[in-house]
Amino acid sequence: MAVSTSSKVLNNVEAVRETLYEAMKSDDRTIILGEDVGNRGNVFLITKDFINEFGPERVIDTPIAEASIVGIAVGMAMEGLRPIAEIQFADFIYPAFNQIVGEAAKTRYRSNGEYTCPLVIRTPYGGGVRGALSHSVSIEALFYHVPGLKIVAPAFPSDVKGLLNAAIDDPDPVLFLEHKKTYRSIKGEVPEGHYTIPLGKADVKKAGTQLTVVSYGLYVHWAIDAAKQLETEGMSVEVIDLRSIRPMDREAILTSVEKTRKLLIIHEDNKFGGIGAEISAMVAEEALFHLDAPIRRLCAPDVPAMGYAEPLEHEYMSSPAKMADAMRELVKF
Amino acid sequence: MAKTDTKAKALERHGLTDEQLRKIFRNMLLQRQLDNRGFQLNRQGKVPFALGSEGHEALQAGAAMAFERGKDILAPYYRDLGLALGIGLTPYEILLSLFARAADHNGGRQFPNHYSSKAAGLMSFSSILAAHIPHAVGSAYAMKYRREAGRAVLVTCGDGTTSEGEWHESMNFAAIHKLPLVMLVENNEWAISTPLDRQMAQPEIWKRAKGYGMPGLRFNGYDPLETYGAVKEALDRARSGGGPSLIEGMCYRYLAHSTDDNDMTYRTKEVVAEHRKKDPVPNFERVLVDAGVMSDKDVEAMKKDVLRETNEATDKAESMPYPQTSDLYTHVYEGAWQPWQ
Amino acid sequence: MDRADYPGVDTKTTAFDRAGLSDEQLITILRTMVMQRTLENRGFQLNRQGKIPFASASEGHEAVQAGAAVAFARGKDVLVPYYRDLGLALGIGLTPFEVLLSLFARAADHSGGRQFPHHYASKTLGLYTISSILTAQVPHAVGAAYAMKYRKETGRAVLVTFGEGATSEGEWHESLNFAAVHALPVVFLCENNEWAISTPVHQQMANVNVYERAAGYGMPGVPVNGMDPIDCYRAVKDALDRARSGGGPSLVEAKCYRFLSHTTDDDDRTYRSHDEVAERRKEDPVPNFERRLIEQRVITAQDAEGLKRSVLAEANEATDRAEAMPYPAATELYARVYADDWQPWR
Repeated sequence: MAVSTSSKVLNNVEAVRETLYEAMKSDDRTIILGEDVGNRGNVFLITKDFINEFGPERVIDTPIAEASIVGIAVGMAMEGLRPIAEIQFADFIYPAFNQIVGEAAKTRYRSNGEYTCPLVIRTPYGGGVRGALSHSVSIEALFYHVPGLKIVAPAFPSDVKGLLNAAIDDPDPVLFLEHKKTYRSIKGEVPEGHYTIPLGKADVKKAGTQLTVVSYGLYVHWAIDAAKQLETEGMSVEVIDLRSIRPMDREAILTSVEKTRKLLIIHEDNKFGGIGAEISAMVAEEALFHLDAPIRRLCAPDVPAMGYAEPLEHEYMSSPAKMADAMRELVKF
Repeated sequence: MAKTDTKAKALERHGLTDEQLRKIFRNMLLQRQLDNRGFQLNRQGKVPFALGSEGHEALQAGAAMAFERGKDILAPYYRDLGLALGIGLTPYEILLSLFARAADHNGGRQFPNHYSSKAAGLMSFSSILAAHIPHAVGSAYAMKYRREAGRAVLVTCGDGTTSEGEWHESMNFAAIHKLPLVMLVENNEWAISTPLDRQMAQPEIWKRAKGYGMPGLRFNGYDPLETYGAVKEALDRARSGGGPSLIEGMCYRYLAHSTDDNDMTYRTKEVVAEHRKKDPVPNFERVLVDAGVMSDKDVEAMKKDVLRETNEATDKAESMPYPQTSDLYTHVYEGAWQPWQ
Repeated sequence: MDRADYPGVDTKTTAFDRAGLSDEQLITILRTMVMQRTLENRGFQLNRQGKIPFASASEGHEAVQAGAAVAFARGKDVLVPYYRDLGLALGIGLTPFEVLLSLFARAADHSGGRQFPHHYASKTLGLYTISSILTAQVPHAVGAAYAMKYRKETGRAVLVTFGEGATSEGEWHESLNFAAVHALPVVFLCENNEWAISTPVHQQMANVNVYERAAGYGMPGVPVNGMDPIDCYRAVKDALDRARSGGGPSLVEAKCYRFLSHTTDDDDRTYRSHDEVAERRKEDPVPNFERRLIEQRVITAQDAEGLKRSVLAEANEATDRAEAMPYPAATELYARVYADDWQPWR
């Protein structure tokens, strides 16, 4: 990570926007394509006015056709461009599943390294915004099973910029997940200029000694709030922001667990087969005898989606209070 | 073949020289030979799988002649042995793919006939139908974006693939952006066991072009020269900024889908035999002999030479080593990769 | 978009050919159009009042939907709509109260408050459940039509609708092809409103006439003026009759316009000029059709005023009643995941 002398406060939308803007400015191989990214400048206005500055050839308003948005980006990448494909909402990514899992993630491998697919697929995900069944989903568990693909899900504006830069520079396909509830609600200092944060490196957002909490996305912020609450009660909780889901930083998790001897994994995606299942299995395999308590997971219930009506969404989502309860219980175990 | 004492017949040669005509024919012979070799090796238990492209020889050899090596890009599908040969892949490379040897372009990872060669402009593709078509469109977009006039992408598929959604999405996008792309459909009338009339109600695929706003054309894919003319015209249009085309060559799949398929479970010998009468390989041989481009002796010599080359390639490839087990772990990402084990 | 780009569509129909519709049916069409407009505005109002988080808009689609709905045979046909089909839902029998329950996400809503507004579903009406994912419903319609044909249920057909944006999706192509192969009783009705959120139609397709794709699939393709409910009725009726009697599928393309933003979360001024929208407002089908019915003496001006008052009263009553209804209980989150009771892995 380059040393930067100055910084400014940005929210997550602004951090994505600034990073994309600098990527477009610095490398004319960079192409943005997706639904409503041009004339409208993305539904969250992330790429607003890009089309005026960079032209419709580099900011492509595609037809509504997700499989080919990713598929065409794969071809562009194979032919030497650096496409950044956008799926308007993560919920719309399913038609592109084959192009991501079957094609992009396997291009390097199947051609024995002769062809590569340096491609970023950005998409807003997550709930808590009254997005109902089709504008709220978490998709990471559907994709993290796939070697050849990298998955990033940052929570803080400075991480958004450093990781998005790293994703754009990366020689392999990266699925870049942006939690839409953090878009405008989360602000933070972001260094000026170009810098990268290595993919696959977690970050300890709050140090502690009695319990390790691993999370990512929106829930990192809530977990920090809950950990601060516990601090006032005399309990010390360490919060690790995974940042990258694949590759996953197992050293960071193991180092912390070996110190605190207790592990709580928190995510918004449902529990069954989720990211927490892999972390639990890995820690059970690698550090079972360091544990003083069973591993716990605080995740969404195993139902198909959060409903539109407020009580249904509320029931699905966790909260700092629910997190604090789970932490308290485990610290006291 | 009986010698005719008529004068050499006039030939619509589309500007092709005698040498190019012979090259097309040699490609067709080689294709037929290698195709059969794959099936033989499979029956001998030496390779677990092979795919047949018999019936596609004329279409592929003709199309390959319109391809500009070092400039154009080919995004093929798995039945494009003749196209791969025609743009520069060697029989030895084909055999390495059949035997899945380490020296194969894919390091023995892919199924046979899933060639790729960056040097030859041959894009890597999977077995998933239509998945490569958006890739071809993306490549064509890159060419247009970089103002590389004089280049185009030739993308091929069978009739079966035109039913996939990605085929539609790709045609639509290519038309909107007037991309330098030629969509060449090799209509062999069969999607494994499903005949054309169960795949589409209106069997003339080229007619869909109008809906996308691009030129469409159907041609006789049993005739390598008509094929060459059609593909050349479409590629030239693409190379000079005239946008994409949808062209459809009619041919037939003489063999089963693959060595794992038995086509007699879904079609009759008689139907296949009827189509065999149009077999492009002996037919084109006759055309060249009748036109005085080759003598019968030339033909026999060429056949011998093709067989010799195939045999040598087979022996050489077979003697090559397999990939190492440790190769399973390479090229997952760039650089070293520690799998989570 | 130059209207000259739409050959085959007569946008200046002046003659009053009522296509066999009775006075009562014509008035029903007008009432559906006025109700659609009223409820549409109600959704946007409730959103601005902070009472509901979201609404989507179908202004400009009133003629095509009210016309098509009259061609729908209740109790027989199946409607597979998309999320801009308020008028079609009303036209085949959904009540304003049901529409408001959906807007307010109340427990009594057909989806139990699970779905976004305007994602209606009612099995009794033959109205299929849909998601927000464009085109995902089109293969469902084809499957439903296959079931009808398989069971030899002549006299039934499926009407499936979508915007022109959805025609770019792969599933659209796959669906039309399959329907044609099997000569299924299905009518594909494209409500071409010229905008896919912010992307104008000429950036969505090089040939802006969706109906011209029909020939490629081997089915009839019919363009129709989507601002004229009678033209829309006639085209959809012909296509449905053809489907019901074994004549196979059709693709009908109604040329209309999206007067409002995509949804309450969208601001169309970021991508199109309001001069353009104002120009197209001249074609507004609701006042135009009212005027035509008065001119043709199907109703009096006084009748028209009375109709509007009655629609407003019904919309107000439905709003109050729906708003007073309870939300679903939190435990409802766990219901109906599978057929049986289900203990989620928590």
